[in-house]
Amino acid sequence: MQAKTLYEKLFESHIVREDAGTYLIYIDRHLVHEVTSPQAFEGLRINHRPVWRNKSVLAVPDHNVPTTDRSLGISDPISKIQVETLDENCNHFGLTQFPMNDNRQGIVHVIGPEQGSTLPGMTIVCGDSHTSTHGAFGALAMGIGTSEVEHVLATQCLILKKFKTMEVRVDGKLNKGITAKDIALALIGKIGTAGGTGYAIEFAGESISDLSMEGRMTLCNMAIEAGARAGMVAVDEVTISYVDNRPFSPKGEAFEKAKSYWKTLHSDKDAKFDKTITLNGNEILPQVTWGTSPEMVVSIEGMTPDPKKENDPSKRKSIEDALVYMGLEPNLPISQISIDKIFIGSCTNSRIEDLREAANVLKGKKIAKNIKLALVVPGSGLVKLQAEKEGLDKIFVEAGFEWREPGCSMCLAMNADRLNPGERCASTSNRNFEGRQGQGGRTHLVSPSMAAAASIYGHFVDIRSLN
Amino acid sequence: MKPFIIHTGILAPLDRANVDTDAIIPKQFLKSIKKTGFGPHLFDEWRYIDHGEPGMDLTQRKKNPDFVLNQAQYEKATILITRENFGCGSSREHAAWAIEDFGFRVILAPSFADIFFSNCFKNGLLPIVFPSETIDHLFKSIYANKGYALTIDLENQFVVLPSNEKISFQVDAFRKHCLMNGLDDIGLTMQHSESIKAFEKSYYQKNSWLL
Ligand code: SF4
Repeated sequence: MQAKTLYEKLFESHIVREDAGTYLIYIDRHLVHEVTSPQAFEGLRINHRPVWRNKSVLAVPDHNVPTTDRSLGISDPISKIQVETLDENCNHFGLTQFPMNDNRQGIVHVIGPEQGSTLPGMTIVCGDSHTSTHGAFGALAMGIGTSEVEHVLATQCLILKKFKTMEVRVDGKLNKGITAKDIALALIGKIGTAGGTGYAIEFAGESISDLSMEGRMTLCNMAIEAGARAGMVAVDEVTISYVDNRPFSPKGEAFEKAKSYWKTLHSDKDAKFDKTITLNGNEILPQVTWGTSPEMVVSIEGMTPDPKKENDPSKRKSIEDALVYMGLEPNLPISQISIDKIFIGSCTNSRIEDLREAANVLKGKKIAKNIKLALVVPGSGLVKLQAEKEGLDKIFVEAGFEWREPGCSMCLAMNADRLNPGERCASTSNRNFEGRQGQGGRTHLVSPSMAAAASIYGHFVDIRSLN
Repeated sequence: MKPFIIHTGILAPLDRANVDTDAIIPKQFLKSIKKTGFGPHLFDEWRYIDHGEPGMDLTQRKKNPDFVLNQAQYEKATILITRENFGCGSSREHAAWAIEDFGFRVILAPSFADIFFSNCFKNGLLPIVFPSETIDHLFKSIYANKGYALTIDLENQFVVLPSNEKISFQVDAFRKHCLMNGLDDIGLTMQHSESIKAFEKSYYQKNSWLL
């Protein structure tokens, strides 16, 4: 038999039909949130179409929900309508939803895996680009637009072409303090935000198999920031023990049967990728973005770039524009950039392991005087409970952080959590676009431990220099 | 969806690379539960000097005179030309809705982000990929000639320049068919519902733990 990549195995096992290179692909899991679904449900209603397979859907409000006291409800009337519209649609179409006050509520990409709703071998979609996160489980997971959300609700299928395949090998061991976030940013720094366009990325190599599921999710989450619609990691023991005994996971005999299939979900030894990129895990340093795109990134030992040294006029202009927007001088050492706010959260870095990592740095410390606000927003209600059980909330609060309710929060500032114009934030989220965290706000993407360290010093510091 | 067969229009040059979906339609406008009404907020943060929120009285807002779409000569433009990786970032279809609602029908760029590219076709917008040199040449022509316009012939897959020179472009056959006929994907897929049911039957037999 011909050697296949993981992507090919996943894709081919879901083909309903093919028409001249255009495929109808069957979808196992459909995650739904309040922002990209209302127009899709409206479309179903107008055309009197039912949902094809209710059981495949798991819905949750996350983008608009407040992270402060929820007994007060949602104060922004427009956000409120959007969240209520999701409630209504789920009731009307008979879909499982974790509403705002359910303790299982959280960011859609955190709760899917947490509930065992994300399983190896599945095709998973969501009207959200960071759906690539779920690829960490050896699944084919992709973000889709609202028309496609409606298409999947109505037909359980997605119209797709095959992507090209890219293998990203990270060989060797990561150094202490280096995380999946640093791998992701280092990769994007190397291939650019369009480097993965048209590809499905498979992450492999020793540094990757050493990662926990949380780390793999962080990495796959940011595959979209490298332009790839899907990122994935082969199934191994780490994957299987993570999915074991989750609420939606198969149990008993069904689990055993699933397990023997899941173990086949890796690229065959001689499988051919259209492209291979290699990084040396050993050489990856803590990463910090300086500009307005995730590819504008350097290590903590680096400096902001000098546009004068760039020969390509369009690249030079992007550097100049980004430095102006970010309020930074060229050739400025990253460790000299001082910070106004800290955000630990988002579907990239709000899982229990991320909070442990940050708390570990903060233990017994206080945030610097120049930090106006430091937020921790757990990825889900269950992450929050677990953290409280471990006493992490106390470490954060004693250090001067605010301990919030779960949601997207200041990752995209659709709720009340945001930066004011000119404010600078060390953020564990995934996008540093202009205005992403609030109009005029300046975002630096970092790992949770780097964000925690920056909160203590009031500027970026090398996590490796702290013990 | 409006069928797209042939279109003639003025070009508006948006000379930036990596224009992301947050810039195309800022998040505060994503709170709408409708598909329409996003056009007035297309590129909101670049187009207006003040900060925009849904429901504002647009006549009271101060426009940024430097932004290309606020310049009189591009007022009637229906073709947007821009640089590489247009539409990167989130999956929000609101970006395509806003561009379409504003009045654009075609976007020309050296490359597009995947999800945005596919969202365009679902909303009667034609994104065309041209090599960087062609895009460069078009930018120069726009700057040198006021009212620079092109004709886009989807059926024959070429663009006609004012000089009558033709440049051909690639488009996926299935997407072309849907766009030319204004077809809704769902209706088309529904015609295969028997195949979907047949697939499900054998699929769930094999993967019974998914039931
Ligand atoms: S946390 Fe941020 S990136 Fe993730 S789903 Fe929410 S808004 Fe999107």
